[in-house]
Amino acid sequence: MAEEKVMFDRPHALLPIVTNYCPGCTHGIVNRLVAEVIDELGIEGRCVGVAPVGCSVMAYKFFGCDMAEAAHGRAPAVATGLKRTHPENIVFSYQGDGDLASIGMAETVHAASRGEKITVIFINNAIYGMTGGQMAPTSLPNQITQTSPYGRDVITAGYPIRVCEMLSTLDGVAYLERVCVDSPRNVRKAKAAIKKAFTYQSESRGYTLVEVVSTCPTNWGMTPQKAFEWMRENMLPYYPLGVYKDVVAEGFENAAEAALKRAEACPMVNVQKEA
Amino acid sequence: MSEKVLMKGNEALAESAMRAGCRFFFGYPITPQTELAAYMSKNMHKVGGVYLQAESEISAINMVYGASAAGARVMTSSSSPGISLKSEGISYMAGADLPGVIVNVQRGGPGLGSIQPSQSDYWQATRAMGHGDFHVIVYAPSTVQEMADYIYEAFDVADKYRTPVMILADGMLGQMMEPVVLPEPKTSLPEKPWACDGHKNAREHNIANSLYLTAEDLNRLNFERFERYETIKQNEQRADLYLVDDADIVLVAFGASARIAKSAVNAARAIGIKAGLIRPITLWPFPCDCIKQASLHAKAFLCVEMNMGQMVDDVRLCVAGSKPVSFFGRTGGVIPAPLEVLDCIKSLNEGGR
Repeated sequence: MAEEKVMFDRPHALLPIVTNYCPGCTHGIVNRLVAEVIDELGIEGRCVGVAPVGCSVMAYKFFGCDMAEAAHGRAPAVATGLKRTHPENIVFSYQGDGDLASIGMAETVHAASRGEKITVIFINNAIYGMTGGQMAPTSLPNQITQTSPYGRDVITAGYPIRVCEMLSTLDGVAYLERVCVDSPRNVRKAKAAIKKAFTYQSESRGYTLVEVVSTCPTNWGMTPQKAFEWMRENMLPYYPLGVYKDVVAEGFENAAEAALKRAEACPMVNVQKEA
Repeated sequence: MSEKVLMKGNEALAESAMRAGCRFFFGYPITPQTELAAYMSKNMHKVGGVYLQAESEISAINMVYGASAAGARVMTSSSSPGISLKSEGISYMAGADLPGVIVNVQRGGPGLGSIQPSQSDYWQATRAMGHGDFHVIVYAPSTVQEMADYIYEAFDVADKYRTPVMILADGMLGQMMEPVVLPEPKTSLPEKPWACDGHKNAREHNIANSLYLTAEDLNRLNFERFERYETIKQNEQRADLYLVDDADIVLVAFGASARIAKSAVNAARAIGIKAGLIRPITLWPFPCDCIKQASLHAKAFLCVEMNMGQMVDDVRLCVAGSKPVSFFGRTGGVIPAPLEVLDCIKSLNEGGR
């Protein structure tokens, strides 16, 4: 009998539980990528995840590592508490655009600027999915949603927030990359980004975030394929893919070293602290 | 044997918390709790702990949630407006059965109010410390010594019942200096097998969570939690009774206002009025048993509070209409004067003749 070899299986860090994600949603892909990375790095036993409020609210059931469910937007603060208590653990949060860039923007910005050694997986699909398709902080100008039925009017509703670009100005950040998962090639790139973020965290380099430009076929009112087309056509020009910060690629050991270099003209910054 | 030291109430809270094994403090600046956070920032690292100034009260309480979920002894402190911001996180902690200690050094309200002492967060602490069906255990110290004693105990009680515990102090107790004997540092802390500290491939994953989308599940869980609250009510009611046994007029006061009420009781006794004082130390669970007991012989009750009349509701619930219950209060940072309280005692005593 020919030897049977498993070519494809569920990652160990992803539990055999039916998810609540809609058909065609990219959350499933990204959940899996995070779990694959946890498996490959062999960190499940010392990994703690933080689930948000939003479509991925039930993620605490899906991942096999320890999990905490945070209040809406507060995942970075909860992650901070988890990480500060056990700095040897790998802590990640998994958040959508409403959670991260609207109600949780203060927590996001300050966790990043503190250089919290956590990894944030940020799903940007330009809409509030779980509550039924309201305008998000990342909804595009003129995008029709339940609460921008005539299209997002930037004069009254303001402009979308580009999270990676904004966070790239902060000194505590070690790594930022924006990816998407619309093709096998991009899925592989997304996984590499997630793996790099987790690796940087385990090397204590600083705050890491991977933004995944995603789709919401249900609330966009499109088939999954059409949603990907709309994403490529409209979201990617507004939210260009790429690396927004990588202190190692810039030649530094970590975010702290890069921050020191950036502020070298300031004498205060270079004061040596007594041991 | 610990020696007696002179300390501010806020500093005694901080030092005693560290001696209780608290190693994580997350806070945000606000008056009049200032010295507590300052003391922590200066000393927490010396015991290997973490002091972190959060970007907001909201973030601070969620850091507490995270650290507690990870198994830490953790606390935050604030004053009234900041406690309102923490209420969301406290509700989530209660819903996820996470222990932790929250200090409220109360100031005048509502709104931005004042920065002077007040007791106007009694209702908030005992009735509605956030959305949903839940309680937190509330201690009301009345001396700097009790600040040290009850925060030391609060961490144990929080872990024992897996619930947030509040120290309800006020700007007067926080800012005043008194001699205090500090407790010995704790050497052993309880195991927390439920903690989200990494399963080390040795157990199922732990989850800290307050979400239950199935109605029956949440219903069952809330009933279970309230059974635990019944146990707390039976075991943890605390009150200090002063000259109550033969008292005609029983004063009920907590925290700073109890100090004034006690002076008034002494003044009343000096002129032959049989006054006594019940001082609730736990505000939740409210020490109803001793108030019911006193209602058997008391002619009247008088609540003295630094608010518009909040604890008086609980006293009336305990007395259940069997005796008259009056109220005397000052707010906004005005401290009731012992003579004002004595006048109330006199008129109640005359009314009773």
